[in-house]
Amino acid sequence: MKFFHSIGQISLQSLAKLGRSTLFLSAIINSLGYPLLRPKLLIRQIYSVGVLSFWLVAISGLFVGMVLGLQGVYTLSTFGAESSLGIMVAASLVRELGPVVSALLFAGRAGSALTAEIGLMKTTEQLSGMEMMAIDPLKYIIAPRFLAGFISLPLLAALFSAIGIWGGYIAGVELLNVDVGAYWSQMQSAIDFYDDIVNGIIKSIIFAWIITWIALFEGYDATPTSAGISRATTKTVVNSAFAILLFDFLLTALMFGTS
Amino acid sequence: MGPSGTGKTTLLKLISGQLKPDSGSIMINEQNVHQLSRKNLYALRQKMGMLFQSGALLTDMSVYDNIAFPIREHTALPESMIRTLVLMKLNAVGLRGAKDLMPSELSGGMARRVAMARALALDPEMIMYDEPFTGQDPISLGVLVKLIATLNQTLQLTSIIVSHDVQETAAIADYIYLLSAGKIAGQGTPEELYSSDSAWVQQFMQGKPDGPVPFHYPAQDYQNDLLAH
Repeated sequence: MKFFHSIGQISLQSLAKLGRSTLFLSAIINSLGYPLLRPKLLIRQIYSVGVLSFWLVAISGLFVGMVLGLQGVYTLSTFGAESSLGIMVAASLVRELGPVVSALLFAGRAGSALTAEIGLMKTTEQLSGMEMMAIDPLKYIIAPRFLAGFISLPLLAALFSAIGIWGGYIAGVELLNVDVGAYWSQMQSAIDFYDDIVNGIIKSIIFAWIITWIALFEGYDATPTSAGISRATTKTVVNSAFAILLFDFLLTALMFGTS
Repeated sequence: MGPSGTGKTTLLKLISGQLKPDSGSIMINEQNVHQLSRKNLYALRQKMGMLFQSGALLTDMSVYDNIAFPIREHTALPESMIRTLVLMKLNAVGLRGAKDLMPSELSGGMARRVAMARALALDPEMIMYDEPFTGQDPISLGVLVKLIATLNQTLQLTSIIVSHDVQETAAIADYIYLLSAGKIAGQGTPEELYSSDSAWVQQFMQGKPDGPVPFHYPAQDYQNDLLAH
């Protein structure tokens, strides 16, 4: 009996949280006009969540691309197809690894920082203080951060893919002597702008939406104690990672499943 | 006033519309706070100031910008006039010289005085103080008590102080309500409460450890508890 009671309680709590987070998201969407009218607020947040994630994403992209280059040459050489390395590296990066890995890195770096910041603002009554000054924290604090994540992640994913392709070039062409012309020309002929690049951008836009929503909501909904903020930050990273991988599967099935 | 956990801060949050009551109503300026639209509630809040227990200063802004913030958001005043207003508010709390400091560089007492200046930024009609004296050293305490009384009289404000610091609050209050377990346990001027017949009021006003509110949290018999194992 106790078991069923616990199941029921957890289900009700989860549904209530889903309801709160959906209301929170709709309130953010209603407030999105505000940061567009106050570009300074938006630019500061783009710097905080986007520019400060630059080196993490760039260096990770380089190494992921180099690993792809090395593994690609070893595998493709079995079939005498080293010249297809460019296609393999570019397709892997723009379709999958660029959006997914940059989103996972973004959740760890910027998402956790957003949750901790909002949670701490709640704990130190800064959000209540703004409410009492008749300034809506959803407009002034939350909406600019949401929009900044939305703008930053697709750009970071594009950067990840571009640097990864360059990393693949270093490993495959410079270190393992794959033909430079084959690397670039095969990539150019096989990668389709709409099917590969646009679909990759759509993925990273959806991931940006999911991560910033989870991060901001967990911070806003956190229990205002140090343990509460710690729990909320962990939830942001874990839930974002699960959501990214789940949506990646669904989006991949939708975009590439029939081709 | 009332013991910790009795609902004092909750009452302030109800008055300011941060919480909704399960029943009853709260009227300010003949308006029911909890029936106002968000827009009208925000308009009403511009006439209210609130000093939070933690100060609630925005940590990424300097002292100057913290006080200028509500003025910039709610008025179209030129920056030169905002500067004059900010300096006047800071001078009133004795911290004009600290205008360029960040909140992390302020002591607890200074942070509360800055928060007080910010609460006064829009020239409110009423101001609410949540435990303004808690955790203050004797000098800061004296400064805050004097400042609250002076500002109240000079600016002709309605001030509501929530506190469990009997002496400091009784020294400046015109009328006191004592809360216990969410209900009014006593009320009157400080003199009336000091001479009250109620044992509970006397225990609270005199700070006695035992009385109607027992020193010990309810527990089983002490001897049995000790010999239980």
